[in-house]
Amino acid sequence: MTWITACSVDDIDPEDVLRFDHGGRTYAIYRDLKGEFFATDGLCSHEQVHLCDGLVMGDQIECPKHNGRFNYKTGAAMRAPVCINLKTWPTRVSDDVVEIEVI
Amino acid sequence: MPYDQTLVEKRDYSLTGPSSRRAIELGLASAEWYHSEIPRKVMRELMARSDQPALRDTVIWLGLLVLTGWGGVHFWGSWACVPFFFVYGVLYGSCCDSRWHEASHGTAFRTGWMNDVVYHIASFMVMRNPVNWRWSHARHHTDTIIVGRDAEIAFMHPTNIWMKLQAFISPIDAWQSLKVLARNALGNMSADERTYIPASELPKAVFWARVHMAIYLATLLAAPWMRSILPFMLIGLPRLYGCWHMYMTGLIQHGGLAEDVVDHRLNSRTCYMNPISRWIYWNMNYHVEHHMFPMVPYHALPRLHALIKDDLPPPCRSIWAAYAEMVPAVLRQRHEKGYFLRKDLPPTARPYREDLHQDVPDRSGMRA
Ligand code: FES
Repeated sequence: MTWITACSVDDIDPEDVLRFDHGGRTYAIYRDLKGEFFATDGLCSHEQVHLCDGLVMGDQIECPKHNGRFNYKTGAAMRAPVCINLKTWPTRVSDDVVEIEVI
Repeated sequence: MPYDQTLVEKRDYSLTGPSSRRAIELGLASAEWYHSEIPRKVMRELMARSDQPALRDTVIWLGLLVLTGWGGVHFWGSWACVPFFFVYGVLYGSCCDSRWHEASHGTAFRTGWMNDVVYHIASFMVMRNPVNWRWSHARHHTDTIIVGRDAEIAFMHPTNIWMKLQAFISPIDAWQSLKVLARNALGNMSADERTYIPASELPKAVFWARVHMAIYLATLLAAPWMRSILPFMLIGLPRLYGCWHMYMTGLIQHGGLAEDVVDHRLNSRTCYMNPISRWIYWNMNYHVEHHMFPMVPYHALPRLHALIKDDLPPPCRSIWAAYAEMVPAVLRQRHEKGYFLRKDLPPTARPYREDLHQDVPDRSGMRA
């Protein structure tokens, strides 16, 4: 596992999401209303749509294709048509830079 | 040139047959679709959820249902009940579709349980298994009018005009829906249903079919007990005598337009409507916009339309105008394979993504 730089803290508004691609994978980086950062796989587990175009509401991300929802802090699938949980990735902030720990 | 009366060959619209395999081979299944450009900040504003507009509309909807239902019962046996049942019928048999639809997307309310309550009430009214249709509608959005993939294609070529006309009182459609509910209630799920409903959801589909059938059974028992068809005038029959508005607006969503394309501007229609129809239909007249951005709630669709209309074909100016362009196109599609109504884009629009739908031949002008 290695920590890699994903973005700067200002790249994401509170209660929003950003796409980050690295090493042939795509990730979604979230910032909640308290200013904490989280990361999940970037594609919806239903039909592989990029979650970065979705809507962040509280602790949940709604997928832009069929409005399925996940808790982006735990990865849990919350609303049909999504049934499979998202993989989450550890994040940390140092010097206003958001890093995620990937394989 | 003499008009060719031969009907086009019947296409295979099943989800398990050759059309389905063809769609997958051609890359039409779960494809990348065209989207108009909208800055992320604006999109977030448009997608924002709120309980207030749908709460207001739902209170009016249910309030009017109670009021007109009461009037229909009170004046039952005299002509005075007719206007009450006319309105009750539309509120039940037409509003059910738009409420079912918006709640199925989870965009009607911000609060999840409110969406679920409205979803189940409306699913019952519209005679749809709430589980089956949640999944079939997801497929409709993934593969809109992709033959062999979309379970909600209203115009199957060659279109049966008689079936489309009867839809306005819907006896066959309602009967088919009841048969599906009865079959599901017996625990029987079809092969098509199994292609779009995950196995884990099948028991829920059976459960909800049983709930719906139990209510119909109770109504069936109440009618002879009361020696009146009045229970059916309130439950079940409004799906027939009040569904005309649902079909009038629903048929123009995709009628006469293209199949097997991945640009909603070619297979969906936006149409301006009077405010009453827009309230009944919950703004689904902005249909291209809805398909491009299904996360935008119904109350924000007029704003979305204003933002992207320069990238879309000009909308029909009225329901009447939509029928005036759709009916001749549908009739022509009965005889001319591959024909569809291809609308000109304004000069401000990005061109249609031809590369994404080369498989459908452009037949415009063939019979000019
Ligand atoms: S692709 Fe995400 S909910 Fe269907």
